[in-house]
Amino acid sequence: MRTADLRNQVMWKRLISVVEEQALTLVRTAFSTSVREAGDLSAGVFDTRGRMIAQAVTGTPGHVNTMAAALGHFINDIGPERIFEGDVYITNDPWKGTGHLHDITVATPVFYNGAHVGFFASTAHVVDIGGRGYGPEAREVYEEGIRIPILKWVERGNLNRDLVTVVAQNVRESDQVVGDIFGLAACNESGRRRLCAMFDEFGLSDLDDLAEFVFDRTRKATMAALKSVPEGVYTNQMTVDGYDHTLTLCVSVTVAADGMHADFTGTSPLSKFGVNVPLTYAQAYFTYGMLVALAPELPNNFASLEPFTVSAPPGVILNAQHPDPVAVRHVIGHFVTDLCLGAIASALPDRIPAEGSGALWNFQASARAASADDPKPPVELLMFNSGGSGARPSLDGMTATAFPSGVRTMSVEATEQVGPIIIWRKEIRNDSGGAGRQRGGLGQIIEVGPTDGYLFEFSAMFDRVANPARGRGGGGDGAAGAVYLDDGSPFPTKGKETVPADRRLILKLPGGGGFGDPAERDPAAVANDQLQDYVTI
Amino acid sequence: MEAIRTGRRGGADRTRIGADVGGTFTDIVLQTADSTLHSTKVLTTYDAPEQGILAGIEQLSRATGTDLGEVDQIIHGTTLATNALIERRGAKTALVTTAGFRDVIETGTESRFEQYDLNIVLPEPLIERKDRYVVTERLNARGEVLVDFDDDGARSLVEHLGEQGYESVAVGFLHSYRNGVHEQRFRSLLKEALGDVSVSISSEISPQMREYERFNTVCANAYVQPLMASYLLALRDQLGAIGVDCPLYLIHSGGGLMSVESAAEFPVRLIESGPAGGSIFAADLAGRYGRDRVLSYDMGGTTAKISLIEDFTPRTAKVFEVDRRSRFKKGSGMPISIPVIEMIEIGAGGGSIAQVDALGQIRVGPHSSGSDPGPAAYDRGGTDPTVTDANLALGRLHPDTFGAADIDLKPELATNALSSGVGDPLGLDPDTAAVGISEVVDENMTNAARVHAVEGGRDLAGFTMIAFGGGAPLHASRLIDKLGLTELIVPSGAGVGSAIGFLRAPFAYEAIRSFYTTTDDFDYVGANAVLAELTSEAESFVRMGTATDSSVEPETIIERQVSMRYTGQGWEIPVRLEDGDFDEFAAELLAAEFTKAYLEFFGRAIDDLTIEAVSWAVRVSSRQEPPPLVETVEPTSTAVSAFSREMYDPALDARVPARVFQRSDLAPGDLVAGPALIVETQTTTVLGSHHRCVVQPDDSLRITRAGGEP
Repeated sequence: MRTADLRNQVMWKRLISVVEEQALTLVRTAFSTSVREAGDLSAGVFDTRGRMIAQAVTGTPGHVNTMAAALGHFINDIGPERIFEGDVYITNDPWKGTGHLHDITVATPVFYNGAHVGFFASTAHVVDIGGRGYGPEAREVYEEGIRIPILKWVERGNLNRDLVTVVAQNVRESDQVVGDIFGLAACNESGRRRLCAMFDEFGLSDLDDLAEFVFDRTRKATMAALKSVPEGVYTNQMTVDGYDHTLTLCVSVTVAADGMHADFTGTSPLSKFGVNVPLTYAQAYFTYGMLVALAPELPNNFASLEPFTVSAPPGVILNAQHPDPVAVRHVIGHFVTDLCLGAIASALPDRIPAEGSGALWNFQASARAASADDPKPPVELLMFNSGGSGARPSLDGMTATAFPSGVRTMSVEATEQVGPIIIWRKEIRNDSGGAGRQRGGLGQIIEVGPTDGYLFEFSAMFDRVANPARGRGGGGDGAAGAVYLDDGSPFPTKGKETVPADRRLILKLPGGGGFGDPAERDPAAVANDQLQDYVTI
Repeated sequence: MEAIRTGRRGGADRTRIGADVGGTFTDIVLQTADSTLHSTKVLTTYDAPEQGILAGIEQLSRATGTDLGEVDQIIHGTTLATNALIERRGAKTALVTTAGFRDVIETGTESRFEQYDLNIVLPEPLIERKDRYVVTERLNARGEVLVDFDDDGARSLVEHLGEQGYESVAVGFLHSYRNGVHEQRFRSLLKEALGDVSVSISSEISPQMREYERFNTVCANAYVQPLMASYLLALRDQLGAIGVDCPLYLIHSGGGLMSVESAAEFPVRLIESGPAGGSIFAADLAGRYGRDRVLSYDMGGTTAKISLIEDFTPRTAKVFEVDRRSRFKKGSGMPISIPVIEMIEIGAGGGSIAQVDALGQIRVGPHSSGSDPGPAAYDRGGTDPTVTDANLALGRLHPDTFGAADIDLKPELATNALSSGVGDPLGLDPDTAAVGISEVVDENMTNAARVHAVEGGRDLAGFTMIAFGGGAPLHASRLIDKLGLTELIVPSGAGVGSAIGFLRAPFAYEAIRSFYTTTDDFDYVGANAVLAELTSEAESFVRMGTATDSSVEPETIIERQVSMRYTGQGWEIPVRLEDGDFDEFAAELLAAEFTKAYLEFFGRAIDDLTIEAVSWAVRVSSRQEPPPLVETVEPTSTAVSAFSREMYDPALDARVPARVFQRSDLAPGDLVAGPALIVETQTTTVLGSHHRCVVQPDDSLRITRAGGEP
């Protein structure tokens, strides 16, 4: 290592800080709940070839390599000869961006002293994208909203007003959506300014050497990390409830000296509904799972992501093709991490957790006046809720905590402030963690009802009701989820259904699987589980 | 002991003592009637912190010939409450909450604070599940009763709490920030049956919306209350016993003074009070220099703290996290919702340990060798290379000029540690390893400062840095280069800045409450009522303090503010309110004010969107005479020094001969041109080749960059 390397290291740190700032600015200004509470956004800096040099760590792994891949599409579709100083590009193409129309990606080329030196790009989930509204009801992506191909939002400093009008006229809440697009462009611009200041400070004229340094360091560390899994083929299969039919997810992970490849052949076919997953999104959750298990300290960039590749035959639910509907691809996509971790568990018995509840149990409803002649306006409600995560080889699972999603829940008081809803109960669900030497994380019980003469038109997407999270290494399964009304009547776990004005909906969120033989559990931990009512039976 | 010259100001002609009990040292500052400050550092006496304070006071009293009976005022800040929370040494405490919500403080945000770690351990709730109880009752978001308070159930719960021998009880019911009636009812039942148990209710401790934060806050208060009350009473008694019978005040996290009685009742407000002193110290200096945009930078042995001071006032926040377990990561601690001076704290101090990670990169901190064993050069058994070891190898510190009398720096031990910890794994000589460590820790602090500014919607261009604490003057000139700032001020007394800050604090109290209304349907009657209540609450706290201090003018300053946002956003912007009540036209005015503030933050506003008012705050403070202004002076003479030593200058990437000055030898008007080292008892100020320093009338060092004059 030479002092030049020290300088590169400092500049690398600086680049990561620049993209973190970019992401923070977005979180502050964005309008959508999922940006704010779920960190559903991304920001990164790229070299002129579109290779990502640094990315902000945000709440959702869904952007891990979708973002990295997007820049290649931008360069390709715009054409290198049409990239000018002062340009800003945009798209929300699910297959070129991050898997559904609601995520808008904006890329900005950076010029320094007249020369093109790289790009900034950022992505955020917007509040609306037109079409049928957010949900799985569409049968084709055309119904899910406006699709913006890769286009110039700004060319040489001139705003493409026609495009702004087209977007504004095709979405609900157009002020917020267009506002967020300008916000994305503004955060790229602040990144651009910071990068140019960094060029001044360090006397740089391009990013090439720094990028090579970053990629070289990362590649070596990634390859070293890969060595902890012996070369070979590892398979796993996991059954989940699915939306309209039970799904079997299959993976075969091939570990070679220079990378890992996941093939999803054997996975169930596509759904009629918008829960299908573009392969790029499945790749994100596979890559995230492998990185978090093998090389958690590596920052994301082109070189850390390059070794992780995926394939799947067309027609399986993890390889949706245009125009398959994909709006809520996360419902199934989030299971990909547990699926792939399960595959390599045999090779890493002291590292891979048991299965967890996986998909979120989001409470999504439209509150409407119960009486037809009541003029009260409808109110949209959204709450994120998590079941238990799987037990770790040396630690219990986490209670009511999302994995792999990074989502946070909202305050009950704030939710009740905004809409005609009373949350009567939100409490740990006793006895729901899978038994084991390490216990699975507990789920929770939520009881909600409408108020003020409203009813709920409820959009249910709850998984792990028929197929609980499995334990590992002799650990027991987590408790399955359950959904019913307070009068005991069953309530569907998928699709649109009404919660009447005088009823309450009860959600029992699934627990995580246990790890290891329950008989080996530390007696002190057993006693504490009883003392705290985590285990009452 | 050290004497510090300072300008006279209000409260002069009086003898005052500031006492800051920190994790390692207890700093005592004595301001004598001629406005001179005298300071000392003694080791913190963990088991009985009052002993360290008494020892320090007696030491200063002897050294200055001050009769302790003449002391007019003692101002105290302490980490005792914070430590009790971190070390879980509080009272046996129960939480009583609304049926259905027993686990709010355990499930928290339902998220992982670290996205890339399968083995994170979520923060443990302060009150275990077995000690959390529920009562049947429920209010709605408007504060109306939805389910009646179950008196019988509550009575039998009270009986059970008595049997279990709880010393303290926290009460937190849903929506109590709108209506505290059920919490009050439970408290009176409890007091009736168990008179001596301590009770804290969330509608009094922190009437802010968001149950996770509010419940945690009331639990924290209840948990430390018995301990803090008895400590404060013991301190007052023992001060009396050595002849100090003047009033004792506490500094709170919002940067104001409060009475002992208030502090004993609301000890959660004492958390983070030490660092608050540092920000007040910097804000006072900002006022003296008339600098309206200041970056306050405080670096000690374990951490660096950075805060923004605008218009001579530290920025405040309504919630912060205490006890971040994991590398200072957001979300790994316990949220406390009280008014607090906003700052970012990172694991970057003199004792921060450097190592090499899987990428072959140098990492510095957050682990620290602390004061025991300390940096390798201390020769107290530490073998890991630290920032201090790097500074020694780079010639910024030197055994002959290192302040602490009881520490004999051993350069060869630093060199060994630099080689074994960083140099050998990377194939670097120890000096180059030191360069790497120094650059990395400087970059960490730079990035933290930038991120903190962005979080507050600010760009640091044009800010003046004020640096204090034992470590800051060693790194500050490099930081202004990296941040692109053009002015750095290193005040005298920098080593005991927080304790000096205590003496500059006004009596002040900020009352905050959530009250939700929108510009579409503005409840001006409700808003007026909330503001009136908050004003009277804050005024009564301030009066409890000022009543015993005849030097304070009875007149108070009242500042009112509302936090607003566009519907759908999660972050609120504070909007300052004009004096006077709202009328039916208030919504339009507020919307205009909000839009203006929003534009300032984000450069664009959104038309026709409903604006929500979420929480309201009133700060009442005693009026203070403005500090005497310092007229910055240009050099009148060039300081000379016979001594020089080799020092590494990162801007040149070379070792250069740096002149060495004793700070006490410098006089106002002296010019010191870099490269230079200005040494004093508690720290060393480093000037690179392109820095120049002019000593100011108040002995502060004002440092600028050649070609970067403000």
